[in-house]
Amino acid sequence: MLYRTSGQFKTTYESDQALFPVKQDALLLGVILLAAYVVFPLTASEFTFKALLVPVLIYSLAAMGLNILTGYAGQLSLGTAGFMGVGAYACYKLTTIFPEMNVVVALALSGFFSAAVGVAFGLPSLRIKGFYLAIATLASQFFLVWLFEKWAWLYNYNASGAIEVRTMEFFGIVITGPTATPVTQYYFVLAVVTIIAFAMINLTRGRYGRMWKAVRDMDIAAELVGINLMRAKLTAFAVSSYVVGIAGALLVFFWKGAAEPNLFDIPLSFQILFIAIIGGLGSIIGNFLGAILLVALPVILNVLPDTLGLTINSATMEHVNDMIVGALIITFLIVEPHGLARFWALIREKLIIWPYPH
Amino acid sequence: MNVLVSPEDKTGTQRKEREVLLDLENVSLSFGGVKAITNISFDIQRGEIRAIIGPNGAGKTSMLNVINGFYQPQQGRITFNGKTRRAMKPHLAVSQGIARTFQNVALFKGMSTLDNIMAGRATRMHRNMFWQILYYGPARAEEIEHRKKVEEIIDFLEIQHIRRTPVGKLPYGLQKRVELARALAMEPELLLLDEPMAGMNLEEKEDMSRFILDVNDQLGTTIALIEHDMGVVMDLSDRVVVLDYGRKIADGAPEEVQNNQEVIDAYLGVSH
Repeated sequence: MLYRTSGQFKTTYESDQALFPVKQDALLLGVILLAAYVVFPLTASEFTFKALLVPVLIYSLAAMGLNILTGYAGQLSLGTAGFMGVGAYACYKLTTIFPEMNVVVALALSGFFSAAVGVAFGLPSLRIKGFYLAIATLASQFFLVWLFEKWAWLYNYNASGAIEVRTMEFFGIVITGPTATPVTQYYFVLAVVTIIAFAMINLTRGRYGRMWKAVRDMDIAAELVGINLMRAKLTAFAVSSYVVGIAGALLVFFWKGAAEPNLFDIPLSFQILFIAIIGGLGSIIGNFLGAILLVALPVILNVLPDTLGLTINSATMEHVNDMIVGALIITFLIVEPHGLARFWALIREKLIIWPYPH
Repeated sequence: MNVLVSPEDKTGTQRKEREVLLDLENVSLSFGGVKAITNISFDIQRGEIRAIIGPNGAGKTSMLNVINGFYQPQQGRITFNGKTRRAMKPHLAVSQGIARTFQNVALFKGMSTLDNIMAGRATRMHRNMFWQILYYGPARAEEIEHRKKVEEIIDFLEIQHIRRTPVGKLPYGLQKRVELARALAMEPELLLLDEPMAGMNLEEKEDMSRFILDVNDQLGTTIALIEHDMGVVMDLSDRVVVLDYGRKIADGAPEEVQNNQEVIDAYLGVSH
C-alpha cells in the first residue's frame, strides 16, 4: 500500500537512471536523513552519541570501503584495519607537521596515503585470487601494525607509543580533542559519511561499478569486453583504501581521541568484514544495517536490563549479549545468506506487490 | 527499431567479391606436446557468415581464441583489417572490433541484463572518477548516450522484458541472447560466436538463427561461428571451414563441404 509504484512512469532515460526511480525510496531516505540530522541530535544523550551513533557511522564507513573492494570488485581483503591505521596515522602526522592545516583538508589528504598503501598491497591481486589474496592482504595487516609500533616517527616519539589527538577547531568550533562536544563530533562524522556514501553510490552505479562487478563475476569475460583488469582491480583497491583510511582517521580523531597500534589489529579487520558480509556484499545500504546489528545491538543489549530495572551481573550480561548477537547473526545468515541488504530488497519487493503474491 | 537499419547496408546477394577482413596464414598452436592447431590457413571476408565446424576436439574453440588473442600461436600470421601481426592481444582485438560469445555462457551473473550490455561498451566510456563521483553532468550525459545505443540493441534482440533482471536468474536461451547483445554493444566488425545454439530447443534455435541473419544483414557485421547443428550451419553460412585433429580438411561453400569425402570420413569414421 505504502509502496505503490504504479503511475510513476519514466519518459526519459534521465528519470529512469535517477538515484531513486521510485518516489517512496526517496521519501524513506528523507525520513532517515531527517532523523539523523535533526531528531537524534535533539534527543540523544552524550552516552548515545559516544557509544551508539558515532561508532555505527564510522564502522559503516569502514565497511563501505571494504565493500567496494570485496563486494563490488570481488577481491577478498583481511587488511582493512591496517589501512584504517594508515589513514589515522597519516592524519595525525599531517596535523602535527602542519598545525595550521584545516582538519577537513588533513582528513581528505590522509585518505590518499591509505589509498597509495592499498594500491601497493593490492598489486598481488593481479596474480592471485580468492583465499590466496586474502592471505596476502593478511600479511599487509601484520606488517602495518608492526610498522605503527616500531616506527617512532609515526607517533612523534611519544613515550607511550600512542597517538593522541589535540584540540582542533573548524571555523571557530572545537571539533576534536577532549573539549569537543559529542554533538559537534557527531555532526561532523555524519556529514563526512553522508558525502562519501553518496559518492560511492554514484561511483558504483556508473562505469566504475560495472567494471568492478564485471571483474568480480567473471574476469576472463571482463577482459574480453575490453576491461583492463589491472586498472579495474587497482582502482578498486585505491577507492576502497581511501574510504577505509578516512574511516580510520575518523575513528581516532572523532571517537576514541587516542590510539595505540593494537587498535588496528586483526580483530578490527574481522569485525568490519563481518559487518560487510552480514550487511550484504555489493550494496551500500547494507553496511549501515550490518553496523547497526554488530555495533549498536551489543551496546543496546548491555544497557537494556538497567533501563528495565533488572539487576544482572554485568559479566553475565556480556556473555548473554554474545550469545544473542551470535544467534542473530546465524539466523540472519540462514534466512538470507546474501545479507541484510537483500533481506530489505525482498521486503520492498513484497511491499510493492502487496497484497498479491505475484 | 529502424534506427539501426540503413538501406545501404543491405547489400544482398553480392557476396562473391568481398574483400578479406581476417586472414590467417599457417597458424600453429600447441600446448606443450599437444598440437591444438597445425598449420591452418583460411580467411574471412567482410560481410559473410563463416562457419567453423569439426568433430569434438578438432581445435575450433582454440581457433577462435587465437583470433581474438586469448591464445598466442607459436607460428603463423594474422591479418585483420589490413594489419598483420603474429598474434593478437585481447584488448587490441576488442578495440579493433572483434567481439565474441562463449560456448558456456560467460555473463556477469550478479548484474542486470542492462548492466551486462552496458559493460560491453566499457572501452567507449571515458569520463574519469571525478565526474563519476559527481554523476550529474558529463558522466550522466555519457551514460545516457550509451544507454540509447544499448536500448537499440535490446529492441533488436527482443529482450526488453528482462532489462532489469539479474542474468543469473534467466533461462539458458535468454542468457545466450544477452551474451549476443553484449557482444553487439561492442559494435564489432567481426563477431565470433562459439556454439550459439548449444543446448537450445528448436524454437530457440530458430530465434537465434533469425537474430544471427539479422545482425549480418542489417548491421553488416561479419560473423564467424562454430556450431554442431549441421542444419543450422548449412542454412546460415556462406562458407564453411572444416577442422579435424587441428588440421583443415575442407573449405568452401556448404554444399561442397557436405559432399567432401574427407569430411564425411571425419564425422562418420572410416573402416580400417
